[in-house]
Amino acid sequence: MLIDRIEAQKNPTKHTLVAIVENKPGVLNRVASLMRRRNFNIESLAVGTTEDPTVSRMTIVIDASKTNAALVERNLYKLINVIDVQDLSEVPSVVRELALIKVRTEDAKHRGEIKQIADMFQSRVVDVSLNSLIIEVTGEENKVDSMLKVLAEYGILEVVRTGRIAMARG
Amino acid sequence: MKLTGAQIIWEILLQQGTEVVFGYPGGAILPTYDALVDYQDRIRHVLVRHEENAALAADAYFRATGKVGVCMATSGPGALNLVTGLANAMMDSSAVVAITGQVASHLVGTDAFQETDVTGVTLPITKHNYLVMSVEELPQALTEAFYIARSGRPGPVLVDICKDAQQKMTDYTPISEVKLRGYRAIKPFPQNIPLLLQRAKELIDQARRPIILAGQGIKHANAHEEFRQFVEKSGIPVATTLLGIGVLSEEHPLNLRMMGMHGEAYVNQAIANADLLIALGMRFDDRVTGNLKTYAKNARVIHVDVDPAEINKNVPADVGIIANLRDVLQQLTPMIEKRTYPHWLEQIAEWRKDTLSHDIMQMPLPEDMLIAPQVMRLIWEATGGNCTICTDVGQHQMWETQYFHHTRKNQLITSGGLGTMGFALPAAIGTKFGRPDEEVWAIAGDGGFQMSIPELATVVQEGLNIKIAIINNNFLGMVRQWQELMHNRRYSAVEMWTPDFVKLAEAYGICGLRANNVKSAREAIATARAHNGPVLIEFVVEKEMNVFPMIQPGKSLNEMTRRPIQPAALGGGFDFLDAQK
Ligand SMILES: Cc1ncc(C[n+]2csc(CCOP(=O)(O)OP(=O)(O)O)c2C)c(N)n1
Ligand SMILES: [Mg+2]
Repeated sequence: MLIDRIEAQKNPTKHTLVAIVENKPGVLNRVASLMRRRNFNIESLAVGTTEDPTVSRMTIVIDASKTNAALVERNLYKLINVIDVQDLSEVPSVVRELALIKVRTEDAKHRGEIKQIADMFQSRVVDVSLNSLIIEVTGEENKVDSMLKVLAEYGILEVVRTGRIAMARG
Repeated sequence: MKLTGAQIIWEILLQQGTEVVFGYPGGAILPTYDALVDYQDRIRHVLVRHEENAALAADAYFRATGKVGVCMATSGPGALNLVTGLANAMMDSSAVVAITGQVASHLVGTDAFQETDVTGVTLPITKHNYLVMSVEELPQALTEAFYIARSGRPGPVLVDICKDAQQKMTDYTPISEVKLRGYRAIKPFPQNIPLLLQRAKELIDQARRPIILAGQGIKHANAHEEFRQFVEKSGIPVATTLLGIGVLSEEHPLNLRMMGMHGEAYVNQAIANADLLIALGMRFDDRVTGNLKTYAKNARVIHVDVDPAEINKNVPADVGIIANLRDVLQQLTPMIEKRTYPHWLEQIAEWRKDTLSHDIMQMPLPEDMLIAPQVMRLIWEATGGNCTICTDVGQHQMWETQYFHHTRKNQLITSGGLGTMGFALPAAIGTKFGRPDEEVWAIAGDGGFQMSIPELATVVQEGLNIKIAIINNNFLGMVRQWQELMHNRRYSAVEMWTPDFVKLAEAYGICGLRANNVKSAREAIATARAHNGPVLIEFVVEKEMNVFPMIQPGKSLNEMTRRPIQPAALGGGFDFLDAQK
């Protein structure tokens, strides 16, 4: 049954919507155009393929303090190429983000320290060069955020984050 | 069966029951026009004089018939000229299929001659669109386009077809069933409808001052009869939106008539004081609600619409039902009790009496002048209301709603959401094809008419018996009114020179007439009706009259600016160029 979340506008929470869309040219453009036209605020949008090659999956994160997630959901439904929309904020779900972080390293001591931090965050060093390391971290956004905070001490050269992807449990 | 893409286009149009296509040829659509030669005995092609008018005519054709309107144009400039018409169809939910030619598929993306990314341009103003790069995709895409355009909440769908896809051959078998994986017209929104109907019934049972807000959705669901039964059993008074005019006779005792910015004061007073709004197939446009913060503050809201995104968009609903209106009314009417609301209706009647005392038509008017409201009245009286009216956009459009009483189903065809000037004449053309035996009047302002003058040629070439009324106030009247009321009468670019419309009509071989007082207006209308062919009448009207009542932007329903009528005690009379001038 349809539940309206006008109330949700009052609590500044992030809302995660998953749109299952037909894997056809221009579909991403349609979703992006919808967000802009309706003046919806989106925090992140991650797109990828699925187990079914005719279908792609979009994870859309909305700042519910600015945008009514229910309206976003319903407008997504109106797009002809959207097969289904799930609101994962309503159900227990696994939420992940992947980030690559390039950190400055001045010497071997630095490298060791950073490696230790990476271990503590259960993340991996995936590239080593004389003056920098690349760390690969996955987790919920706040884990990535706090790792970035710690690494800032050493000097962050470059960051790329995928944006949130999510899946309902069970 | 081996056919070219061009032939397949016409085959699909035939399969879809298309009788008329409004279009304009050009390079990228040439193969389709070539194939037309073999189909023109079965489908009528109407050559317009500007593609915008092809789209507007197709839109009006849908409104007049309920059948998908079809328009056609070439690539680049041709397709771009459709844009305003498509946006008009999008805003007013008209089922239109637009077929445009595109450069050959191997040239797409190269800035080839007359190449424009038309699917990109029309993305936000169509319900859906397709770029067809190969003939194999064509049958599916075009068949789906018709289905999408007319199902659910109707809307325009554009199919952009590469030139080589029109030329190449393929095996064609008609598609009998459309399967769209996610489309909501096939896969309804998940809701517990019986429970929601029960809640709606409870709200109706508790209400003491309910009002129904009736919109165009009732027309789209073809639920006029179910709606009348619901109204009569519930005993609840009805206010309509602009596009809702024609869902219930305006002579029906429970029809209060149009609400909103230029609705009569008593209608808006009733909404402002209601304790329950039953909104059916309408979308709480800002022209209807005025200031949302103060809108119907004490009312609970039942909102029914096929479009899930309309529920809670502007006005939060206590009960929001996403479904076809006919289904909803068929289920809801038996559930509710037969009731009357004597106190509530008495109160409304009192407000109505007050409104009537402000009515221009109650005042003695000098015989030697003409005001636009009179013209509407005269056309109404002369036709006995038995005609279809296509209005343009501006003051005359609002006066038409006030002074023509619409008693017949879907009698008024007008541009609502987009407010597209230049709508009336192409709309009358589209309407005449949809309702060939109907008396069709285009009523336009001097400004809007000058945007569509070229279509007089189409009227003549197609031999259309259309009556055209130009309400000439030598002003962009509605903009002038806003400048007067909100910008201290600093008139800026609103005064309009106009050609000699009678001579203009004659240049097209159309009977031209002019009227500048009540007597000549009455005669001109009679002459026009007696003449078997197109007639253009220029009504020279009072220049600086304003449309009242009016809810000025940002104001609430009960803060209307009323008509400047002098009380009878002071001798009565209407101050045309109201006091402040
Ligand atoms: C295409 C377009 N351009 C501009 C406007 C803005 N506009 C709304 S009403 C109006 C004046 C219309 O003048 P006219 O056709 O003479 O009708 P009147 O108001 O005088 O009856 C204008 C310019 C519009 N609605 N559409
Ligand atoms: Mg004018």
